[in-house]
Amino acid sequence: MNSLIKDKDNPVEFSSSLTQFFATIAGLSIFSLRFFKDVFLPPYEFGEIKKHMDELGIKTMPIVTVTGFIIGLVIAMQSQPIMKKFGAESFLPSMVALSVVRELGPVITALIFAGRVSSGIGAELGSMRVTEQIDAMEVSGVNPFRYLVATRMFATTFILPILTVYVIFISLIGAYIAVVLVQNMTWDYFIDRVIFSVEFGDAIPGVGKTFIFGYIVGLVGCYKGYTATNGTEGVGKASTSSVVVSSLLILIFDMVLVKLTLWIWPTVK
Amino acid sequence: MVEIKDLHKSFGSNLVLDGLSFKVEEAENMVVFGRSGTGKSVLLKCMIRLMEADSGEVYIDCKNVFELDLQELNQLRKNIGFLFQGAALYDSMTVRENLEFPLIRNFDLTRNEMDERVHQALENVSLEEAIDKMPAELSGGMRKRIGLARSIITQPKLMLYDEPTTGLDPITSKEISVLINELQHALKMTSIVVTHDLLCAKIISDRAIVLNDGKIVKEGSINELTSSDDPLLKNFFSDEIIENNVRT
Repeated sequence: MNSLIKDKDNPVEFSSSLTQFFATIAGLSIFSLRFFKDVFLPPYEFGEIKKHMDELGIKTMPIVTVTGFIIGLVIAMQSQPIMKKFGAESFLPSMVALSVVRELGPVITALIFAGRVSSGIGAELGSMRVTEQIDAMEVSGVNPFRYLVATRMFATTFILPILTVYVIFISLIGAYIAVVLVQNMTWDYFIDRVIFSVEFGDAIPGVGKTFIFGYIVGLVGCYKGYTATNGTEGVGKASTSSVVVSSLLILIFDMVLVKLTLWIWPTVK
Repeated sequence: MVEIKDLHKSFGSNLVLDGLSFKVEEAENMVVFGRSGTGKSVLLKCMIRLMEADSGEVYIDCKNVFELDLQELNQLRKNIGFLFQGAALYDSMTVRENLEFPLIRNFDLTRNEMDERVHQALENVSLEEAIDKMPAELSGGMRKRIGLARSIITQPKLMLYDEPTTGLDPITSKEISVLINELQHALKMTSIVVTHDLLCAKIISDRAIVLNDGKIVKEGSINELTSSDDPLLKNFFSDEIIENNVRT
């Protein structure tokens, strides 16, 4: 009997999850359109944008510094014995630089940013929603979407590329330290090899896609928080699902953007 | 000032407002009674389109609220104050910033004029000393007072109160009710108060309505309602009267 009930219930649960999935996609699309409609209209909340850039970006620096340094260090340490086996130790700086600039730097920074920032935005806006602070803003004749959402999305979109460039630089320092520990290489030679190997077609798409990742982080965090319901439970869910959905979207978009990049710059090394 | 015609609102199969109609005259204070879940807060939120009603009409200042575009609606909302159940103070801002928030965005005031309005609003609720505090540092009663100060700082013509004394001790409840009454008379505002608190209603109201199953079941003065022979009203007010007697 129980299994019958389960069998009967499962399609309903599946259909409900599917409905929720499509509802989220539709909600994110509408939110996105509303952002582009509202962000260019006055009044411009420059003070809020600056505050969020500081809050969401600058305060993420310690964690991305540590992560970037360790990524560079570990890649170099892992690769060095293999490169040595093939007598290609001198290519180590190029290999690390290309990995970090084209893929690891942007994606890992975006994922860390999503973990810290998207959940924070989801929780903050969710808590404002369930305690009626967003309603209070609306009643006072202020557009809460423009004040709370557009400013945060703008800040995340433009702060993530800056963080990514910083992480790439820190990773290269980490990689250089790992190289110096096992072989004799000057910083000038290391940087010379990095600059020699990294081309326009590597750096621009690598850093460029982080604008989209930053936008995704802001969009998902704001959407989940802004539409939170069911009190504190809803705030928790908004925070968790912000991280899950934004991380997943970052990876999916990365896949698409890599394909697109290779299509646009087929001669990239 | 306010006229509601045949207002309907349901959540799924749950009909919350079932053809509600009433009028509130200028400078009148009307109290809305009703058991939990009878749609009192929903009524207030539908009136200013924080929730969209299913059908019906709401006129505020002779304007049909449901026919206004967003810009016109925001313009109208500048003349409406709303005291939320939990005060809804902005957590990340100080009391001063909370009070300045609607002024900065809706009025073209100088720094001095803004300071003057903030101090006046805080003086009205006797909380001048809280100006630089964060909402988290305030007690429940203080939060309600600051919420009230923020609502009246724009000098609205219409005030909507969503359970202004809920969650407060009897003494603070009475203080808030007296304060609301004083401000109503001083600023000559029209008000609609949703409450369970009979003492609050007695202090504030000129007229009251009782909601049940999404409809108005009785309308009149508080004395008329509390002395009614209607079993529903007797049942509703009996507990409130006992509580009120204990308080007074």
